[in-house]
Amino acid sequence: MALVEIRDVYKSFQREEQRIDVFTGLTLDIEAGSFTALMGPSGSGKSTLLNLIAGLDKPTRGTVRVAGAPVSEMSPSQLAAWRARNIGFVFQSFNLLPVLTAYQNVELPLLLTRLSGKERTERVKLALDVVGLADRADHYPRQLSGGQEQRTAIARAIVADPTVMLLDEPTGQLDARSSQEVLTLLQRLNSEFSKTIVIVTHDAHAAERAKMILHLEKGDLIEKPRVAAAAAR
Amino acid sequence: MIPIVYNVRSVVRRPVSTTLTALGVGLVVAVFIGMLALANGFRAALAKTGSDANAMVLRKGADSELSSGLGRDVASIIAADPHVAIAPDNRPLVSPEVYVLVPLGKVFDTTQVANVVVRGVSDQAWQVRSNVHVTEGQRPASGRADVCVGKRLVQRFPHTGIGETLRFGGRDWKVTCHFAAAGSAFESEIWGENEQFMPVFRGEVFQSITFRLKDPAAFDEAQRSLQGDKRMTVDVHRESDFYAQQSRLLGTILGFLAVMITSIMAVGAVFGAINTMYAAISSRAPEIGVLLTLGFRPWTVLVSFLAESAFIAVIGGILGCLFALPLNGIVTGTTNWSSFSEIAFSFRVTPLLLFAGLTFAVVMGVIGGFFPALRAARLQVVQALR
Repeated sequence: MALVEIRDVYKSFQREEQRIDVFTGLTLDIEAGSFTALMGPSGSGKSTLLNLIAGLDKPTRGTVRVAGAPVSEMSPSQLAAWRARNIGFVFQSFNLLPVLTAYQNVELPLLLTRLSGKERTERVKLALDVVGLADRADHYPRQLSGGQEQRTAIARAIVADPTVMLLDEPTGQLDARSSQEVLTLLQRLNSEFSKTIVIVTHDAHAAERAKMILHLEKGDLIEKPRVAAAAAR
Repeated sequence: MIPIVYNVRSVVRRPVSTTLTALGVGLVVAVFIGMLALANGFRAALAKTGSDANAMVLRKGADSELSSGLGRDVASIIAADPHVAIAPDNRPLVSPEVYVLVPLGKVFDTTQVANVVVRGVSDQAWQVRSNVHVTEGQRPASGRADVCVGKRLVQRFPHTGIGETLRFGGRDWKVTCHFAAAGSAFESEIWGENEQFMPVFRGEVFQSITFRLKDPAAFDEAQRSLQGDKRMTVDVHRESDFYAQQSRLLGTILGFLAVMITSIMAVGAVFGAINTMYAAISSRAPEIGVLLTLGFRPWTVLVSFLAESAFIAVIGGILGCLFALPLNGIVTGTTNWSSFSEIAFSFRVTPLLLFAGLTFAVVMGVIGGFFPALRAARLQVVQALR
């Protein structure tokens, strides 16, 4: 059974008088332990698909299940609790809280768990260590480079050990070197820690690091999933 | 829960709007505390005036000393009553008193007159009223036109210094002493010998008779016995109850005014808080989106922003307390509507009042923050993140 099951999903938005159909019967499986890149032009529904998997948005019709949980049928309150346990989300613009240090930002998801203060400290240190920012724990976001901010955001996404990591254009605002660092980190998380990763990207080089590339156009998968070069190697 | 440090630091990051909102709340709290300190001071002055150990006799039906009248026969009956305490010199601790209001010009503007209480007392009055003591000079000598001036009058009325001569009731009165009475309303009175005042003012009649109870716990029995005495028609009050009653009307009005005026001002401060919080929330929508994405529930976002608004209000409340504290002890005067006499008293800023001010600030903060916080909690994550 796939980790993420998307079955016959329709999603439409109303913009003024006009109805925009993003998905019209999308069906897709994402396996546990996979590293999938979602590609496609702007407006093809990549980010919407990510939001549906994370339970940030609901399909107009159809079902989304993640690890057996009926995401598309949960209430907002159930979704919040479910997301805290199962989803690690990374945004294009990092979205760290500017008034909190790197440490405090990474700790945020753990405040929703029953872990003790000591356990939280250990987990945060480990996450910052994995992303190579153990020495930046007390820095505020404004004191970090773009690449460091994004790695902090990734530490925040992995700290609670979620079922799936969802990344929306994680290298969109980074220079080439920082992009490489982030992508290498994601590969490592997938291969060493068996994290299931789904990234949305415009960047073909970024997508090459994934094991699987899916192309979306106007809400449809226009070609069968293909195995990326990195995975083939 | 969303850590409070997030809110505290967010508040500190926008110092101008925080300061302005806090100042708005602070001013309201200062006025709130100031007005209640006024009411508090007035009540306290009158409450301290009466003693639980004393009983006060008025003509039946009289609700103030002004409207009362008791003959010498009544004074004699009471002096002989077994409920009256006896002094070591074997004299009953009774003070039949003359109570009149005299218009005196104020020190800064003698065309402005205030009704000052002139109380003619017996020699025992100084023992019956244990809170009264001479601070300077000698007590009025029996048989002489001497007066002792309450210390609160000294600064406020001319010719009240020791050795000076006050003129009222068509006669001159020599000031021989000043007295204190633990901040009570007696400090706004002029005392002299009752026998001296009687012929000058209202003839052979006392306005009240106050006596020390032999057993303060036996007040009810004393009251029943004296009120049931067929030889006189009197009402007997416990002195403390009488003065508390005297403060009730004006005290209630001052308290009501405090609430009314500060409520109107509070509306302005609440709108200030609403404005600040709406601005904060609209500029931090992506942060709220992140918190909701991480799994914080909408109600925790609501609580977090309510706490932020309350935090700003608490800063305002502390400022308000600091603004209001210097009022403590400032002496002011007003006419007591129950006796039509001038009474001077101090603003009393008590710890309880400061706590009430802070609580009021928090209430303003929570009310002002509620709708913005509700908007934050209801943000659609996808829209908030855009």
